[in-house]
Parts: sequence; C-alpha cells; structure tokens
Amino acid sequence: MQKHQFEVIVVGAGGAGLMAALYASRHVSTAVISKLYPTRSHTGTAQGGVAAALGNTEEDRPEWHAFDTVKGSDYLGDQTAIEFMAQEAVKAVYELEHLGLPFDRNLDGTIAQRPFGGHTNNITGKPVRRACYAADRTGHMILQTLYQQSIKNKVNFFDEFHVVDLIVNDGRAVGVVAIELATGEFHIFHAKAVIFATGGHGRVWEVTSNAYAYTGDGIAIALRRGVPAEDMEFYQFHPTGIYKMGILITEGVRGEGGVLINDKGERFMEKYAPSVKDLASRDVVSRAMYLEMQAGRGINGKRYLNLDVTADVVNKYAAEDGRTNPDGSPYRMTNEDIFAKLPDIIDFCETYIGVNPLTQPMPVQPTAHYAMGGIPTDIYGRVVIDDKNTVMPGFYAAGEVACVSVHGANRLGTNALLDLIVFGKHSGLKAAEYAKGSSFGSLPADATDFAREQFAEFNRENGTEKVVDIAREMKEVMFEHVGVFRVEDGMQQALDKVRELKERFKHISIDDHGKKFNTDVFNAWELANLLDIAEITAASALARKESRGGHSRDDYTERDDKNWLKHTLAWLDKDGVRLGYKPVDITKYEPKVRSY
Amino acid sequence: MEVKLKVFRYNPEDDKKKHFDTFTLEVEPTDRVLDLLEQAKAYQDGTLTFRRSCAHGICGSDAMRINGVNRLACKVLVKDLKSKTITVEPLLGLAVEKDLVVDMEPFFDHYKSVMPYFVNNDPPPSKERLQSPEERARFDDTTKCILCASCTTSCPSFWANDKYIGPSAIVNAHRFIFDSRDQAAKERLEFINEQFGTHRCHTIFNCTDACPREIQVTKALNEVKKAIATGRLD
Repeated sequence: MQKHQFEVIVVGAGGAGLMAALYASRHVSTAVISKLYPTRSHTGTAQGGVAAALGNTEEDRPEWHAFDTVKGSDYLGDQTAIEFMAQEAVKAVYELEHLGLPFDRNLDGTIAQRPFGGHTNNITGKPVRRACYAADRTGHMILQTLYQQSIKNKVNFFDEFHVVDLIVNDGRAVGVVAIELATGEFHIFHAKAVIFATGGHGRVWEVTSNAYAYTGDGIAIALRRGVPAEDMEFYQFHPTGIYKMGILITEGVRGEGGVLINDKGERFMEKYAPSVKDLASRDVVSRAMYLEMQAGRGINGKRYLNLDVTADVVNKYAAEDGRTNPDGSPYRMTNEDIFAKLPDIIDFCETYIGVNPLTQPMPVQPTAHYAMGGIPTDIYGRVVIDDKNTVMPGFYAAGEVACVSVHGANRLGTNALLDLIVFGKHSGLKAAEYAKGSSFGSLPADATDFAREQFAEFNRENGTEKVVDIAREMKEVMFEHVGVFRVEDGMQQALDKVRELKERFKHISIDDHGKKFNTDVFNAWELANLLDIAEITAASALARKESRGGHSRDDYTERDDKNWLKHTLAWLDKDGVRLGYKPVDITKYEPKVRSY
Repeated sequence: MEVKLKVFRYNPEDDKKKHFDTFTLEVEPTDRVLDLLEQAKAYQDGTLTFRRSCAHGICGSDAMRINGVNRLACKVLVKDLKSKTITVEPLLGLAVEKDLVVDMEPFFDHYKSVMPYFVNNDPPPSKERLQSPEERARFDDTTKCILCASCTTSCPSFWANDKYIGPSAIVNAHRFIFDSRDQAAKERLEFINEQFGTHRCHTIFNCTDACPREIQVTKALNEVKKAIATGRLD
C-alpha cells in the first residue's frame, strides 16, 4: 500500500476544490485527489453566470446582493456569511478575470452581466443585471480557467482516485484513504488538513440535472465518521429541466426574456410573482409549475410546461413589462442575439429532443439540481460539528458539499458558482494557515480497515439484488415524496422505503471482481452513499413541520419562524438518524413575509 | 425497438484476447448510446467498463468510436445512427486500459505542453482588464473545448506518430494566442512551430468533423499556422 504526505489534501477538483488548491498551494505542499479528471467535474455544466454587484451597466450594491440572498434563503441563511460572500463577490469575479476567464463583454470592455431570478434593485424591486457570464457556459469557463492556473502553478493531482474514507485520530482529521481506479490499490494520504470539495448528490432523485458522479460521497464519508449534515431537507428543484431527461436549461433563458407558458397559452408566473414574474426565486417558480400542472394546465395535460425564448414572444412580453436596455431604449432581441447568448441550450434541445428554441418552445419540468444543505462549516470552511459550532480540527469543506450556510432554504441562481469561488478560496487559505501552525497528527495503525470492510462486502459472489433496481426505487420514491411538494405520509413512506432498500443493498450482486478500473464496485459504493443521504434527507424533512424555501409541505403550508427558524443537524447513528438543531445567525435582516 | 450493441472488449486481468461482445437491447429511438451502455452494464454484464459523468456533452468523459467515427456516447441518439447494429470501440491512438477506457495521460501531457493558461505579467488593475466584444469574439470558438480527445484521436497524423501534440493542444494554444489580454503568444507559437507541432497537420478535417462542440478545429489550426508564418496575430 502506498502512502503519501502533503500538508493540505483537497478532495474534489471542481470550482471549490481547484480554488482551494490554488490558494493552499501558495503556502504549503498541496495535492488534489479527484475521482474524475478535473475538467470532468460538474462545475463545468453550470451555465448562467456568477453573481457579483459590479454595477457595470446599472446601479448595484453588495448590500442589495446580501439582502436578496437572505430573502431568497427564506431567512434561513446565516447573515454574517451572506454579507461576507456578497462583499467578497466583487473581488472574486475580478480575480477570475485576472486569471484569464473569458467573460462576455459590454461595449465599453467591462464584464457583461444579465438578470437572474431573485436578484433585484432593492429600491425599485425590479430585476438587476448582476450575473457575470460567458455565454451559457460560465461554469465551463470557470473550471477550465482554474484547471489551467493549477497547471501553471504546478499543483499536484491524483486523477481518478476515489477517496473512500476520512482518517480521524483523536477528533482531528489527519488524512484520507483513497482507491486508485486504474489499479484498485488502496492509498493513504497523510495530511495536516483535509478539504472536502466533493460536490452534490442530485442522483438521489429520478429527474435530475446532475452528473452520474454526483453521489454525495463527501457527506456520506463524513456522516460515517460522526460528522452531522446540516439542512439536508432543503434541496433545490430547478424549474427548467428538459422534460423527462432533467438536463438543465439555464435560468439565463428567462434572464434574456424567455417566459414560461401553460397549456392555455398564459404566462402564468404573472399570477404567482406579480413583480418579477418569471424571474422569481427557483422554489417559487417550481411550485408554481407544479400547481399549474395539478390544475390540469400542463401542456396537453402532461407533466411539463413550455419555456419560450423565441424572439417574438420575448419582445412581446418585454414590451408589456416595459423592459429597457441600460441606455433606456426598449429591450428587443433578434434570433442572432439569442443564439449568441444561449448556444449550448440550443444545441442541447436540438440534439436531445429535436426542438429548435429559436422557433419552438422548450418542454420543461422541475429537475433536482442543488443541495443547500451539507457538511456544516463556518465562513473559513472549518467543519463545525454541533449546535455550539465546535470546530473539528483539520477538517474543511467548501462548495456544494458544504453548508456555510449562505443559501439557507433556497439558493439564488448564480450564487452557487460564487459560493465555490469565495469559500473555496477561504477554505484553502485557512487550511494552509492551520497546516503551517501544526505538525502532522499520527495515523492510526488500522487507518484503512474501515474502508476495507466496506469494500470487502462487494466481493460476495452470490448477491441477488441489482444495483440499478435499488437505485431506481430510491430515485422514484424520493422524487415522488421528497420533491417539490411534501406531506407527512409520503415522506414517511419514502423513509421506510429507503430503509428497506438499505437492507436489500446488503444482498447486491457484483459482476466485476477484478481490481483494474472496477466501475462496477464504485457504482455500488456510490449507491450506498446515496442511500445514506436519502435517509438523512427524508428524516430531516419529515421532522420539519413548516414550509420554507425548498421544503414545501401541503400539511404545514406556512413558514413558522416561532418554532422553525433554526438549522437542522442530522447524525447517522448505528440505529438510524438522530436530529438536533442550531440557531440561525441574524445580523440586520429580520425575517419578514417573502413575496416576489 | 431492438438493437444490437457490439462493444470492443479487453480486460487486462483475464486471458481472453481482445474481442467484441454483442448485447441485444430493447431501446427507445431517443436513447443515447450512453444509455445503451448503461443498460448493458446494469442488466447484462457489470464488468463492461467505460467513463461517463455529465451525460449531456459537457464533461468530455465518454468520447469513443461509434460506428467508426469519434463521438461522445451521450450526444449520439439511436435514431441518428440509422442502423440496428451499433458498434462501439475505444478511441484510436491511445492505449486501451480496459474495454472502452483508454490511457488519457499522453493526451493531457500534450495539452500541458502548450502553456494552456493565461499569462499576463503586468500588475492587474483594481477592476477587470478591459476587452472589447470584438477582441473577445476573436477566440470564442476555441474556448468551447472540453478536452474529450475526439479530435486528436481522429487525426491520421496522430495515429502515425503520437509525439504530434495534436489538434486539441493547438486549439487550446489558439484560445490564448488570440486573447488580447495574454502576453505569451510568441513562446507558444515557437513551440508549436517545432517538429511535433502544426507541421504534422495535413488539413485532413477529421478533427473538425469529430468535435462534439462544433469547434472549427481546422480553421483554428490554420490561423495558428498563419500566425507562425507571418508573425502577426490578426
């Protein structure tokens, strides 16, 4: 077995992991371990933009960005962290530009910005251009730029290594256990500080925008080491995924003037969000879509609605809304403008469903998209493990796997890429600072035993259950009952089902008993992670008897600040899920009624 | 509809020779080839090995030869292939590790050789460096590259000599050479003008056809060649 030693180990090579590695590696020896080649990371699929109040074409302020984020979070976001992120955003975007990121440009050469859901001018209440973008591939550009800079700065990479355990000694993280995909060999990475930047877990649900790789490995590993997961009931369903497939259609489509239309030809968001309409927060839009479909106004009675960005429709509603360009002229789009701003969206629709968005509406439905919850951290990425925010030494998390919490009960579009950049950077800096001031903790003699036990299970020859069947049943029950709308009985049913599936998982069959590139075994291990996360999510959701942000209940339809203005903490004990709570950090934004 | 999925097989841990297995599958015309591979792996043979992640043409994991041409398995639908037998093979020119998985290291080494990163040694301004929409458009096409290796492994010159850095590396050099903010065009052009750079390109156009991002790869290579010949970046 090979052993490696680095002062800081980063797990995951998406936006947060690469940002952390770039910063940590300036100060201490650093390595990035990733189960994918870095440029395959899911950050690359982010489309619409990264939020920062640059004010390049109209007035904007970080304070407005902070308030919009608090409101978007349905007041569950921690306000010190949100203010920090909104302030850091401007610096972070300029820094990306200095690293070479090819943002689209305004005529004066500054970074181009577009409107996005929930981002407003706080005086007029109208949408503000805050999302800095590169066509509809902003995430791709961020990922490429950060990987390029990692090459320039000679960051160490271990590509296609699956991290399968966190090594903890006397309460401190001292390294990780990884399996090299090419050889099947176990490796120990001894570290002073470990940063988890492993991304999300949308593969829990049937219809999702998320990559196959998004299986919640980081949270599952942490749970097994006694670290709680925070606010797992808050999962975002993005309003516009391609019908049945779930492939993301960026909110930037609506930012550029696209509108959602029901079977009667109505722009229904006017009813649900009279002020910002199609640019309301994602939870609000997804719920409105479900209500339209429940009322029989899905297209042809089916479970989808139309997203229309054809030039005539855009121009008609822009005129109705009185939308103007920065220079005050009426807002008008041509097919060429739309093609230039949304080339990948047009490509996806033509490739997968034979629809040309320049002439036809796109069939869309809400798609499982983003985890607001995750491993609890402070604003420096330090993992905090209880209701008193006690820091676990040596352990950091950033990006979607983490819950700072800046997104609270619902994330605003373009705040995810921002989260990666800001908290990736600060976790890297803080981990490096910690590493400089400490020595290597000792490794336990049995460091790989716990991981080996888990993988030994997969050597069985006589399993009866198929991974794909258990996965499908989990995804269906979670999409049906722990989705956009929830109710007591359904969530209980989901929880019972997931527990049954965990039992059945003990009898799975594995075909591949080789060592090299054994993706059969890793698929199974990833499903085990998803099952743990599904259980934690359903249990956290079942307990929260209110509706807030992405957690919307038919049996408790109102937000209940008196009893539920608090974060959930969930531990995965031997005999099930144990829940606790901690207060929300409120600075100057007192909870009030949330309307758009 | 029923299709036959004929897949190249190689397992370094068994003694079988390289061969093809055929999976008979019930599929929808709108299924992706990746869906077929997933179905075969899930229900018929868990040892079938391939890379994939995003499943919609952005991450670049699942480039392979599909009916003889390089494509992303997640971007080709059954109905587009117009044949009841679909043959899937690993990319050519890179060593096969297992089934459809090839050794990507030589490909990434070529990529890294062209300084594929932004260089500007002036102290940055307090805000963004300015760039006009026209300057930005100059290199837009080559910013789309997802490093899937489809172009490089479709190139006969690369098959003939794998020291050739290949179209993908040159595309990524192009992205910086023509960026008005970058300062290292000269070094990149000098490197690409060496023995294993653009001299090896014979304008065969396989690369352009192979690119799943529809980058005009040959055009980009020609622009780099012209910059080498003229010493100008217009």
